[in-house]
Parts: sequence; structure tokens; C-alpha cells
Amino acid sequence: MSRIDVKKTYKLFIGGQFPRSESGRSYEITGADGKFIANPALASRKDLRDAVTAAKSALPGWSGATAFNRGQILYRIAEIMEGRRDQFVAEILALEGGTTKAATAQVTEAIDLWVWYAGWCDKISTIAGATNPIAGPYYNFTIPEELGVVGVIAEQKESLLGLIAAIAPVISTGNTAVVIASEKRPLPAITLSEALATSDLPAGVLNILTGKVSELAPWLASHMEIDGLDVTGVNSKIESELRIAGAENLKRIHRFNKAQSPERMLAFMEAKTVWHPIGV
Amino acid sequence: MVTLVDGSEASLLQYLAKLSGVDKVGADQRAAMLGTRSIKTSSKSWAIDMAIRMVDLTTLEGADSEGKVRAICAKAVRPDPNDFTVPSVGAVCVYNDLVKIARKNLDLNGGSHIPVAAVTTAFPSGRASMKVKIQDTRDALTDGATEIDMVIDRGAFLSGKLGLVFDEIKAIKEICGERAHLKVILETGELVTYDNVRKASFIAMLAGADFIKTSTGKVTPAATPPVVLVMLEAVRDYYLQTGIRIGVKAAGGIRTTKDAIKQLVLVNEVAGPEWLNPQLFRIGASALLNDLLMQRMKADTGYYSGSNYVTLD
Amino acid sequence: MDKSPFEYAPAPESRALVSIKPQYGLFINGAWVEPKSKTKFATINPATEEVLSKISQASDSDVDRAVKAARAAYTKTWSKMPAKERGKYLFRIARIMQERAREFAVLETLDNGKPIRESRDVDVPLAAAHFFYHAGWADKLDYAGLGSNPKPHGVVGQIIPWNFPLLMLAWKIAPALATGNTVLLKPAETTPLTALLFAEVCQQAELPAGVVNIITGDGATGAAMVNHPDIDKIAFTGSTEVGKLIARSIAISGKSATLELGGKAANIVFEDAPIDEAIEGIVNGIFFNQGHVCCAGSRLIVQENIYDELLEKLKRRMSLIRVGDPLDKNTDLGAINSAAQLAKIKELSISGDTEGAFRWSPDCSLPSKGFWFAPTIFTGVTQSHRIAREEIFGPVLSILTFRTPQEAIEKANNTPFGLSAGVWSEKGSRILWASKALKAGVIWANTFNKFDPASPFGGYKESGWGREGGRHGLSAYLKGAK
Repeated sequence: MSRIDVKKTYKLFIGGQFPRSESGRSYEITGADGKFIANPALASRKDLRDAVTAAKSALPGWSGATAFNRGQILYRIAEIMEGRRDQFVAEILALEGGTTKAATAQVTEAIDLWVWYAGWCDKISTIAGATNPIAGPYYNFTIPEELGVVGVIAEQKESLLGLIAAIAPVISTGNTAVVIASEKRPLPAITLSEALATSDLPAGVLNILTGKVSELAPWLASHMEIDGLDVTGVNSKIESELRIAGAENLKRIHRFNKAQSPERMLAFMEAKTVWHPIGV
Repeated sequence: MVTLVDGSEASLLQYLAKLSGVDKVGADQRAAMLGTRSIKTSSKSWAIDMAIRMVDLTTLEGADSEGKVRAICAKAVRPDPNDFTVPSVGAVCVYNDLVKIARKNLDLNGGSHIPVAAVTTAFPSGRASMKVKIQDTRDALTDGATEIDMVIDRGAFLSGKLGLVFDEIKAIKEICGERAHLKVILETGELVTYDNVRKASFIAMLAGADFIKTSTGKVTPAATPPVVLVMLEAVRDYYLQTGIRIGVKAAGGIRTTKDAIKQLVLVNEVAGPEWLNPQLFRIGASALLNDLLMQRMKADTGYYSGSNYVTLD
Repeated sequence: MDKSPFEYAPAPESRALVSIKPQYGLFINGAWVEPKSKTKFATINPATEEVLSKISQASDSDVDRAVKAARAAYTKTWSKMPAKERGKYLFRIARIMQERAREFAVLETLDNGKPIRESRDVDVPLAAAHFFYHAGWADKLDYAGLGSNPKPHGVVGQIIPWNFPLLMLAWKIAPALATGNTVLLKPAETTPLTALLFAEVCQQAELPAGVVNIITGDGATGAAMVNHPDIDKIAFTGSTEVGKLIARSIAISGKSATLELGGKAANIVFEDAPIDEAIEGIVNGIFFNQGHVCCAGSRLIVQENIYDELLEKLKRRMSLIRVGDPLDKNTDLGAINSAAQLAKIKELSISGDTEGAFRWSPDCSLPSKGFWFAPTIFTGVTQSHRIAREEIFGPVLSILTFRTPQEAIEKANNTPFGLSAGVWSEKGSRILWASKALKAGVIWANTFNKFDPASPFGGYKESGWGREGGRHGLSAYLKGAK
């Protein structure tokens, strides 16, 4: 008799822990071939609330870390993902179908994206900051800073790459994030959270929820502790609804086309300008 | 009287350490803003007469002679010989060997109410032994000076010997006693920073100065508006702590009526209107007086006067 | 303090410098046109309640006319013009504003109520400087770090407030034109006159027709702009409440927007502050422009161990504030801009009284006509008082205390706003620590309420979207490479 597989339970990733949904709910995921794959947790608005709390409490530590340190940690995530390549490839194949070559390429690109953003951590301020020559005896400089807690609705199609393209730039600059994974293809996101848990990323910096975008996104958009929103993973009709909800605390809401762009970092940063007199 | 320091250098330093700093840019801006006050018509006339009363009419040249001193004394009593409504100046300020001549000529011209101020303590550099500085002061007092303009030892101040600076002032003050008002010249152009100006102002006040004075007139910059602002803040703060009002003398670089009125605005809005009298504010000047007189004529006649209509001295 | 024998005689700036027309039309496509609404409203001098002129109420169809003019100018002229030439128009405008500076200053003071000293020394020179600064950017946008050959949005609708009418116009129009957009701008209904004079400047500069359109009206006109389908971008300065309305309105159309909204800035004074300059900074922070400043330092947060000394000095300094005729060159605090604003300031101040804070104002006589409010401080204020949380937009300062630096920052950041903040300390490392910890777009350290075209301005959190000024401000008017 052949060996019976030990099947994995796919859970949420909140504050460095792997809880099931507080609601006790799960939903069925099927593969590209239509067959059952898993019952990941179906996150509720209360899970989302807990994730926001975790992200908020992780914010001072993460944004206060040196840019060099954040770069080290992002690179470490790439290292750990590299060791799990096969697992990611298998999950992508199962969920998205396509060729092994394409799945491998997606994993490669995703890992390399971490490396790209890791290198940005201690450079973005140099590129996006300024010393401003003002007409008076003042030293005046502008630096970009982290926005705060960012909600991410990752791209739905490329389940791993779309996710990393959204979260790497967000956390590279010191933000923390609450992420809604691809609804139909959440497994790479969950595997990523297992990788993150063994990396040096502090608990709560990334919180990953699985479930229904239509159920969770409005709560994300209206939550007053969330400062920014990446709506790349929703259609324009839902985007409009989220923008209306997000207006309540004037969230910075953006949709992106490119995976690899400094704009993805800058969109969730705030420019701070400091004045100080020059005199003896 | 409140005693803020016990005379020891330790207690002096302890006191000075508590003084707040001065932000240069902020002080410059406050002075510049007050410089935009627009003083017109009746308030301008009032200010011109007040400024004349505050002038320490000064001659401090190597070439000073009996004739020169006689001339400024006449002018001090009656700045405009054609207009007896012009008030006398606040004082005449000379080197100590000319004090006797100044006193005599003021008295002869009916100016017995005008004090003679003498610069002492090896003015302007202050580089002499304490013995010489004391004798310098004693000579001036003996000859009839009732105001002593001493200089502080800037070298000592800048090298951190603050106790020495304090002790010198205190010693000169003891000599002056009740006979003369002591004005302590900080020579702010050599102290450079406003923090130093504030600190030196307090050393002088704590040591017994009746006035603190910006400059000798031999060093630029001298009585710039922000320096005077910082000193006026110091006398105001000292008053709030002790109830004693110390005077301020702005000397050097004040040449026009406009400059003088800016100084009066500073006095009014920084130290307060209580300081707006010759007992608490003086302007050390020579050329200024004629400009004040010409502006006064303009106010009276409605047209601009010329240099031949004021006396040369 | 005693009453001063040195009373400054009245020194009014001459009103003869300006000629105000009895009524104004709309400035559309380079010409003055009458509004289709046929409706006019009065603009008054808030210091005297005298009617200065009658202003046109632009209707939806007037907005549409202006948009069409701006679109045509964009398509046919402005987008085709070499950037270098575009810049020259801005230089011309800057120069004409400098030439006519005093005229602008007097007009601003008449219409707004602000002291002539401020309009003359701050508003107008800075407005001209904004045009001068942005003029130079026009042909250098490739070097602005926003990608190569960045593109303008097209037609921009700009809605500005009444607190700095000409300066806000300059903050809006100068970068929009430099980056190649055409604009329609609506000044606030209580302060339209300098914008209408600016239209004359555009004519004198021979700016192509339709590049700048000035339309006047109330909130309905603004709403028509926000909802107009052919406006590509909205730039708004005003209240957070209206900012949120705009954010909702454009959620479906997908217009981009920059919003410069309210604030409740903390001005933190540490024990080692340069006290006299801090006092000046506090006074300038809250009483500059009658406190009608979105970035006003309206919450003073003082270290407890210097509180008594600081309060005594502040009161002494406040008693020197000269309140009265805004045209008098010696006036420090002018008129409140409108009856409505005065009512709001009064209402919030009364809430301060009833919630248990202590009100203090120096003795000062206020004119009988016009809208006036004495410089006011509230002591004993806590974080939960309305006057510590809501933007008063008037000469009213709420004073709180702190014991540790951390407590100061926590109190400062405990607000949905994040426009500006002040820090006073002579210790460099403390200044930098606080500057980093404060959640605000502009930090004034050992100074307050300073502005410069090269310095980006704008808020964190509910204080808005985007920056104005500097290299960062350009991105508001160029399409990003997202």
C-alpha cells in the first residue's frame, strides 16, 4: 500500500502566529484541474481587525529599524524562499496550471523582486529626499518616511508574484501591512507566511489573510487605523467603492501596473520637511 | 534687594548656566520685524525729542582737545541755538583727562544738570592692570564725572574667566559707589554671539552695573538692533527676577533718526515703556544729534532741512 | 505693564493704490464675460463690513465654458509650446506681480482683513517667488526625478481658500502651468479680488487665452468643478470635511487629486528652548494671519518645569499685539475674515470655557464694526477638550503641558491631523529625535510658520494628499509612472 500523504492545514498569519479564523470558517480551494486542494481559513472582519492591531503594534519597531537592517531582513526572506522553491512551484502549478517552466519563472522573479527591494531600503530616501535651497537662513530638508499600516489586496492572477510585488515595496520602507491573499489561489501566500515566520521579519510586519475579497476589502478600506491601500487586486467597480470608504480617513489608495518600480514604494511614503535656523 | 549670586565664581556660573540660549535667526527676525514699525506725525515728534534727551553726546578721539570738548558741551546744552524748545542731551561722554573741561564748560553754558560721563578702565581695549583701571576710574570721579563707562575684559570673558570679569566690574562699582552711575560696556562686536551678549549682560548686572552698554564705538558691528534686543530682554528678565530696572545704552552705528526711532521701538516693545526715559535708555552718538535736529525742523516747518542749518559740532 | 507714552500714531497704507471695479465678471478664455447665472454676490471688507464689489456666481454652464476654454488652450496652444517658452510666461507673471506688489498687498488686506504688514511682507512676495521658482522648472522636468518626459494631466481644476488668497493661487497656478497643465481656478467667495487682479496680470503677460481661467462662486461652483467630466485633476486647499467630500466625489471618475487640508499643529517647547525666540514662535505660530492658517501652531505643549515662566512671558508678549485697522502698517492682528468664521471661533472658544479650560486675553479694544476676535489663550487644556482636537482657525491657542519627551510626542501625534509641528530646544539630538517622531509633513524646529517655494508643504494623515512646493510638489501635476 502506498503511503498516505500528510496534508497541510492552511491557516491565517497574524502577528507572527498561525491562527484559524476566529469564525471557525474555511472555504474550498480547487486546483486548475478543478479538483479539491485544501480548505484554507475563511477570514472574518474580526480576523482582519486582529491583523490590523498586529500591524499597528509592529509599526514602531519596524519603521524605527535602520534601513540597513530592513534590507538585511528582506534579503533573508529571499534566501528562505530560495530554499522552498519546489514547494512554491508545486503550489503555483496546482493552482494556476501552466507549465513548470512558467511556474519556476514566476518563483524566480518573485525571489529576485525581494532582492531588488531589499537593496532599495537604504537608498530610497537618498533618491526621493531633498535638501531645499530656501531663501533664508535655514537648513531645510525633505525625507520620505513610512506611511503607516497599509492594506494590500494583492493581484489575483499571478498568486505569488502579484503578492510579492505588492508587499515587498510596502514593507521595504518601514510600513507594516495587512494583506488579503489571492482569493482562489492563496496557497503560495500561506507558504510564504511560513517562510516569513522563520525569517527575521518581526511578528506583525506582514499579516496575511485568506478569504473572500468582497467580504474583507470593505472592512480594510474603512478601517481608520489603515493609512494606505493597494487596490491592484480588485476591479475598478470595487475600487470605486473602496475609495469612497477610504475617504473617511483620506487613505492613500493606489493601483499599480508594474511589479518592479520605485513608485510602489513612494506611493506609500510621506514626505516630511524639516526646517532649522542656521546661526551661531 | 534679591541676591542672585553670593559673589563666588561658582555661584555665578551656576546662575549663568540656567540662562536660556538665544536663537540668532529668531532674534534677528524679531528685531527686523520691529524695524518695520511705522512711526508717524505726533509719535515721531515725541520720539525725536525723547531720542535727543537720551543722547550721550560723545567725542572719543585721540585728537580731542579742549576746543572740541567746549564745542560739544555747548551743543549738549542747546542742541539747536535757534530753537530753545529743543531739549538738552542726556550726557556728554569724554575721555577721563577731559572730564574737568567738560564739566566746566557744561556749567558755563547753563548745563549744570547734564552729567559728564567718562570712559575708563583702559577704554577701549581694557588691556591694562587692575591698578591702572582703578586709578583711571578714580581720576574721572575726582574730576567730576558722575557716569562711568567702563569696558569689560573681553579676553577674560572669551577664555572663560567669567569670575574675573565679574570681579572687575564689582571693584569698579565699589569705587563709583553713590557718586557715579556705572555703565558697563560689553563690546558686543567682540563677543560675537547673542548667547555671549546675554551672558555678559547678566554678569554685568549681577556685579552691580547701573547700565549695560553695547559697544565702545571702536569695533563693528556695534549697537545693531538684534544686539540691543538681546540686552533689553536681559534687563527685562533681570527686572522680573529682582524688581530692579537696569538701563541700556546703545552706542555705535546709530546715525540717523530712523535708526534712533527703531531703537525706541525696541525699548518700548521689548523691555517695556518703563524704560523709555534717559534714566534707563541712552544712545551713545555724535552725528545722530544733527540728523535728529533736521528731522525735528522738518516736523516743524513741513520741509526738509539741510546740513548748513544745524551746527557742525 | 504701564501704558506706553510712545503711542504709535496711525500709519495707514494708502488705499488709493488700488482701483476696485464696482463689479466683476468671470475671466474665461482670456476675456471678461458675464456669468450665465446672471447672479452676483458682494465681497466685503471684513474690517469694516463695507461692500467692496459685486462678484459673479459661476454656474455649472459657466464652469463648462471655462473647462472648454482650458481644454482648447491645452490642446491647441499650451501642450504644443516648447517648455522653455512656457517658463518665460511664468517669469513674466512673477515680474509683473513684483511690479504691482503693493497694489496686490493693499487689495488683499482690504478683501481678507489681514494686516498690511503680512500681505506686504509675506503673502505677495512669496506669491511672486512661487512663480519665479516654478518658471525655472518648466524646461527641466526631465531632471525632476519623476521619470523621463513626464506628462501633465491636462486640465486642472483648482479650488483655494480665503486665508491666503493670492498666495494659494500662486501655489496652485505656478506649478500647474510650469508642468504644462491649463487651469481653471476658483478663489474663495469671501476673497476673490486678488485672483481677479491676477487675471489682469495674465493679460499683461500676454498669456495665451484659456491657459488660466478664473471663475468665482461658492461651494456649488466648486462642486461643479469637482464633478466636471473633462477636468483631469483637482487641487484643493480647504477644510478636511470638504476634502473628504471631494475624495468621495472623484472615487468613481478616477480624477486624481491633491488635497491640502486642516491641521491642529503641536508646538512643543522643551525646557532648554531659547525662550524669547520660542515666545515669538508661539505668537507667530497662532496669531499670524489671525490664526487663519491650516498649519497654525494651535496646540502649545510646554514642558511642565518651565510652564510658569513661559506663560508669564507669553502673556506679556501678547499684551503687545496691536489689534486693529488691517491697513495700518503697525497692526499685528487684523480682522477675522467673515461673520461665519467669527461665529465658529466664538462657538469653539465657549466650548473651551464650558469644558473647564481657562481663557485669557490681553486688554485690547476691538473696533465696533467688522469681525474681530482678541488674541486668546486657554490654559488647563487637556487632550479631550474640543479646543485641543478641532481646528479653530482663529487666534486661539490651547496650552497643554508634558513631563517627558515621549509624552510630548504622544500628545502631539494624538490627532487625526498631521500637517505641521514645532519643536523648540537648543539640543541638536533632541530636535532631530522629535522631528523624526512627529507625524507631520512640515516640522519647524526653533522656528514656525515659514514658507518657501523650494520647500515642500503638505500633510500626513487627514491633513491631505500630496505636497506643494519644491521638487516634490511637481509630482502633483505630472502623471506618475505607477
